[in-house]
Amino acid sequence: MDSPTTYFHWGFILISVPNLLVIAGMIVLFAIALVAPFPHGGDSDGRR
Amino acid sequence: MDAAEPIPESPSSWTVRTRRAIDRHLPMDHLLPVRQPYYVGSWVYVFGVITIAALVWVVVSGVVLAFMGPQWWHDSSVGRFFNSLHFWSVQLFFIFMVLHLWGQYFMAGWRHGRAATWAIGVVIFGISILTAFTGYLSQQNFDSQFIAINAKDAMNGAGVGAFFNVLNFGQMYGLHIVLLPIGVTFLVVVHIVMVRARGVVKPIDPEGGARS
Repeated sequence: MDSPTTYFHWGFILISVPNLLVIAGMIVLFAIALVAPFPHGGDSDGRR
Repeated sequence: MDAAEPIPESPSSWTVRTRRAIDRHLPMDHLLPVRQPYYVGSWVYVFGVITIAALVWVVVSGVVLAFMGPQWWHDSSVGRFFNSLHFWSVQLFFIFMVLHLWGQYFMAGWRHGRAATWAIGVVIFGISILTAFTGYLSQQNFDSQFIAINAKDAMNGAGVGAFFNVLNFGQMYGLHIVLLPIGVTFLVVVHIVMVRARGVVKPIDPEGGARS
């Protein structure tokens, strides 16, 4: 717990692996939200 | 006062004028609608709602931490649990706020007179960052001391060190648990009321009609 974390270093980019994983997870979640169908309820007159 | 009493056309009463302004700009069927357009069914608004739910957890856990104090949140197991609850609900708050922001950016959520709603969302994001930073300074451990010592140079470099002394625990703690949370919560309420007043923005390409 108290040991320093590992870092991803690529050129001028320097970011801790935990932060990198959070950002990657957010991008994945955003991509899923773009393609996943939203469960629509209610009637079919264009409103819900 | 009789509720059915007629109200004059140009009332001098500020309460009547306020009530009429609310009726005009935010009727109850907008504030608490029964039905919504189909495009409200979108994950981008689910992200917004999760952000609000996370904010509720942040505030509730923060109230408990403020009441019990640093000794408790560092040394007792229940205190550490609430400390973690506060930290992780903040993580969820930021993650889903940014996902909501990305979605609103790509769907140009500021269209059709909704610029103020977008701008207030951006301001909420900014104040939330300040709240998080002052939270790091309020931990009462070596982490917060290390962060404060380093942050003072950034604040002085930005020219605001005279107003925000990050080495002054009282100032940072006061900002973190009173002023900044009140600002975030107030603006979130304004943001939601503005969304309710105007409704959410229509899709750029409604029903896919303009597709070729």
